[in-house]
Amino acid sequence: MRDKRGRIVQRVARELKDGDYVNLGIGMPTLVANHVPADIDITLHSENGLLGVGPFPTDAEIDPDLINAGKETVTEVPGSCYFSSADSFAMVRGGHIDLTVLGALQVDEEGNLANWMIPGKKVKGMGGAMDLVAGARRVIIAMEHGTKEGGAKILKRCTLPLTGPRVVDLIVTELAVIEVTDKGLVLKEIAEDTTIEDVKKHTDATLIVPDHVGRF
Amino acid sequence: MNKVLQRAEDAVALVPDGATIMIGGFGLCGIPENLIDALRIRGTKDLTIISNNAGVDDFGIGRLLRARQLKKMIASYVGENKEFERQVITGEIDVELIPQGTLAERIRAGGAGIGGFFTPTGFGTVVAEGKETRVIDGKSFVFEQPLRADFAFVKAWRGDRKGNLIYRRTARNFNPVMATAAKVTIAEVEELVEPGRLDPDAIVTPGIFVRHILQGPSYEKRIEKRTVRL
Repeated sequence: MRDKRGRIVQRVARELKDGDYVNLGIGMPTLVANHVPADIDITLHSENGLLGVGPFPTDAEIDPDLINAGKETVTEVPGSCYFSSADSFAMVRGGHIDLTVLGALQVDEEGNLANWMIPGKKVKGMGGAMDLVAGARRVIIAMEHGTKEGGAKILKRCTLPLTGPRVVDLIVTELAVIEVTDKGLVLKEIAEDTTIEDVKKHTDATLIVPDHVGRF
Repeated sequence: MNKVLQRAEDAVALVPDGATIMIGGFGLCGIPENLIDALRIRGTKDLTIISNNAGVDDFGIGRLLRARQLKKMIASYVGENKEFERQVITGEIDVELIPQGTLAERIRAGGAGIGGFFTPTGFGTVVAEGKETRVIDGKSFVFEQPLRADFAFVKAWRGDRKGNLIYRRTARNFNPVMATAAKVTIAEVEELVEPGRLDPDAIVTPGIFVRHILQGPSYEKRIEKRTVRL
């Protein structure tokens, strides 16, 4: 199988729409920015106070006053603006962010999301994740389908502390694209080199399989 | 009324042991590094610090942690600091984790005289435990209280003798909101100018919120994650 992460972020990028204001989470979701279709224009929001995040700087462009929410040095695109943390989260909670892409530890049949702590392990904090899932108009989870140990991450019920209840709209993994609906998890697409049975085998939740399942 | 202090040492001399201090910054970006260092040198202890992050082991708030000057840390994310982790495990320090947007809005409410607010953030999670909840227009909300402090240490790019402040790029972050929410706000700036030199339309923090202002002698502006493209 070709690079899992590359496959996931390329598929997520196809969900972007022209004019979207988008917040990309730390880690893999940040890579979605490298695959924005050429014919659309989106604006990246960083919760530390920037609309219009640009690519990483060259050595000469590095500015310690200009970072993203992952604390990485970045640049600004023309037409950017800066604002305080309070204004930034007014954008988030107020439903002004069209889409957020986040990672996950677990997602379940109701669209519940757990991505901020594992009891008994080091607690780092939720940062802005709880605000993003509560406020963004659409929440896409970009994650590897299973854990490193081979366990399932898509479950009937999350067992870890939640980041938010009923917040996830779409799950994109290297194996499948799954939509969270009122009826449950609907298998929309599977990867070109897998089968529906294989996806089911790696999922500990009920998958609703429509007549037509796409390929990606 | 002279708001100008000559040195960061003069500012931290106002802070007693056991004080609660809001410290601006996001990661190491936009932190009041001269005030933090002066506080470390003075050795003020049993502090409660409210800041989005806890610095790294040898810079920012991490230096206060290493000197064991903190009793409690209120933050949204503390993942970059091993000494902090050690002190949490041994029980030397209390930690309260608050969602980042709730932290910002609690501080905003504190500064704006608001007695609390209902937010969707954290509903249905451990964050909502023990808190009042309410359904408004079919959506569930959690009640959150305002947050204030004895002191706010903020960092701006330019300021004038009246305490008006202008920030630069993402170094703004929590600084403007914290400036409003303390009994005594102390601002350090890279460049302190005479009144009239800043465009009044461009001022982000009006001087009414700032009790003392000083020009930092130098800024290291350490970068936490240097990421470049070739």
